[in-house]
Amino acid sequence: MRIAVASGKGGTGKTTVAVNLAVTVARSGRQVHLCDCDVEEPNAAIYLDPQLGPAVPVSTPIPVVDNDLCNHCGQCAAICEFNAIACLPRQTLVFPDLCHSCSGCWLVCPEQAITQADRVLGEVSVGSAGSIGFTQGVLRIGETVVPPLIHTVKATVRGAPWVILDAPPGTTCPAVEALRGADFALLVTEPTPFGLHDLDLAVKLARGLDIPCGIVENRAIPGRDIVDRYCAEMDLPVLARIPFTRDLAAVGSEGGLLVDADADVAAAFTQLLDELVGLEARA
Amino acid sequence: MKELVVLSGKGGTGKTSVTAALAALGAGEVLADCDVDAANLHLVLGTHGEAAHPFVSGHTAVIRTDDCSDCGECARLCRFDAILAETVAGRIRFRVDPIACEGCGVCVHFCPSGAIDFPSSTCGWWGTSRTRFGALIHAALDVGAENSGKLVTLVREQARKAATAAGADLVLVDGPPGIGCPVTASLTGADLVLLVTEPSLPALHDLGRIRELARHFAVPVVVCINKCDLNPRLSDRIAEFCRDQGIPVVGRIPFDPLAGDAQIAGVSLVEFAPESPAAAALAAMWEDIRGALATAPQPKG
Repeated sequence: MRIAVASGKGGTGKTTVAVNLAVTVARSGRQVHLCDCDVEEPNAAIYLDPQLGPAVPVSTPIPVVDNDLCNHCGQCAAICEFNAIACLPRQTLVFPDLCHSCSGCWLVCPEQAITQADRVLGEVSVGSAGSIGFTQGVLRIGETVVPPLIHTVKATVRGAPWVILDAPPGTTCPAVEALRGADFALLVTEPTPFGLHDLDLAVKLARGLDIPCGIVENRAIPGRDIVDRYCAEMDLPVLARIPFTRDLAAVGSEGGLLVDADADVAAAFTQLLDELVGLEARA
Repeated sequence: MKELVVLSGKGGTGKTSVTAALAALGAGEVLADCDVDAANLHLVLGTHGEAAHPFVSGHTAVIRTDDCSDCGECARLCRFDAILAETVAGRIRFRVDPIACEGCGVCVHFCPSGAIDFPSSTCGWWGTSRTRFGALIHAALDVGAENSGKLVTLVREQARKAATAAGADLVLVDGPPGIGCPVTASLTGADLVLLVTEPSLPALHDLGRIRELARHFAVPVVVCINKCDLNPRLSDRIAEFCRDQGIPVVGRIPFDPLAGDAQIAGVSLVEFAPESPAAAALAAMWEDIRGALATAPQPKG
């Protein structure tokens, strides 16, 4: 079972849900691997304190032009949709930051004047936190191409029957890459207009990718039922609810696990796991 | 004219709520919402009179099934796993997954049958709305769409144009979380970045990374510690980090449970609870930011 933990809005508690669920799965005797796919701002390690192997650089191919071989025909610049290569009368220039690594320029070059070099996007490390397998990716500061790094993070998982993908916020390329191939999306929201507005975007994304989804309401406040009303309207199950208290906020702020701090929250996560096990059995 | 961009690294620290409060305090002559993935600022500004324009950017490949010879060259060349092979009536048929398609055109160029079209993509919309405070330039990228950085750049350009036309001396920009493409597009060339953080270890970690990104692009930053009383020890640690890095802390905003109620009422906290300690802290912060803006060096270019 591959579970993506996602949300349109940032800061709703994706990582909190991902790490507490991973611990709950592991304590139930199941083998689980957590992938921190929020490579722009990876935080899961703060909660799980994993032992990590060496950080392995992840790169993407970019063109290098041999100006001695180049005949300045301009086909490379013509095929590039991203303005990453410019063909001048005496020189062909590459702008590596704009390159999407589509390989068009070196495939089209009639003189074989373009070879490939590596642009480092970031690094990936694999390890474990107790019995929980763990992978994280870290984007290089200033880099803007994110999906290949997330792809590499996900590709490190070997054989664990339960995989939890801690996704980045938003609904564009990085979130799509994290969600792709998931069996189920747990969408984390909070009972505010911002949370709900962005939850709706996340639901559209999950449904667009054909991934069934359920909701975790975080920072729930008694009597505020806007999440319930939305979920009823959209025919979405609310699978768990985590209350807002200053004590829980303090535990989370220090990188603590809510399932260790509060018996009711631990019970909510056990019930969430039961729901997911049931979904898997029915699938 | 100056441009103040509100960012955070970590999501959910309160960028939009702080932006709305600054708008209400007088910074809101021209506003821009650059969180084009998940724009929220309009929810607390009472927008009306929207003029929306399609955001057309890039292309998407489309295979004309009737002209396709099923050779599979497109699938072999695509580096984005965007060509799906499906068996229909015993034949393999190829189709483009529009969400995965990067719009690079490699398949279009190399298809031996010339069977792939490459129409422009409409990736979302942008527009200008009126608010209680001033014009809001905002946008929404379609779910799963590409080109967030380009849309952010467009929103900032339109906001600067609107400010020039209105004779406004400030553009206030609400930015996206993270440090990737739309964030870089939001901060390059800004006069000042306000980093909104909160007292938690993840937020402190992410503050370090967004601060590095701002330094990479030589944009000056100031910091606001939001919900500072939820963990006073970590608030002090963030203040220490800022002192070590030479970053001014312009505000410490206490947690206010009414912030959620203000959002539900569709207004900023300084309007909803003007007498609250948080509103007072926000007003004091705005004075400090004005000072920082006045002394911020003119960016190059």
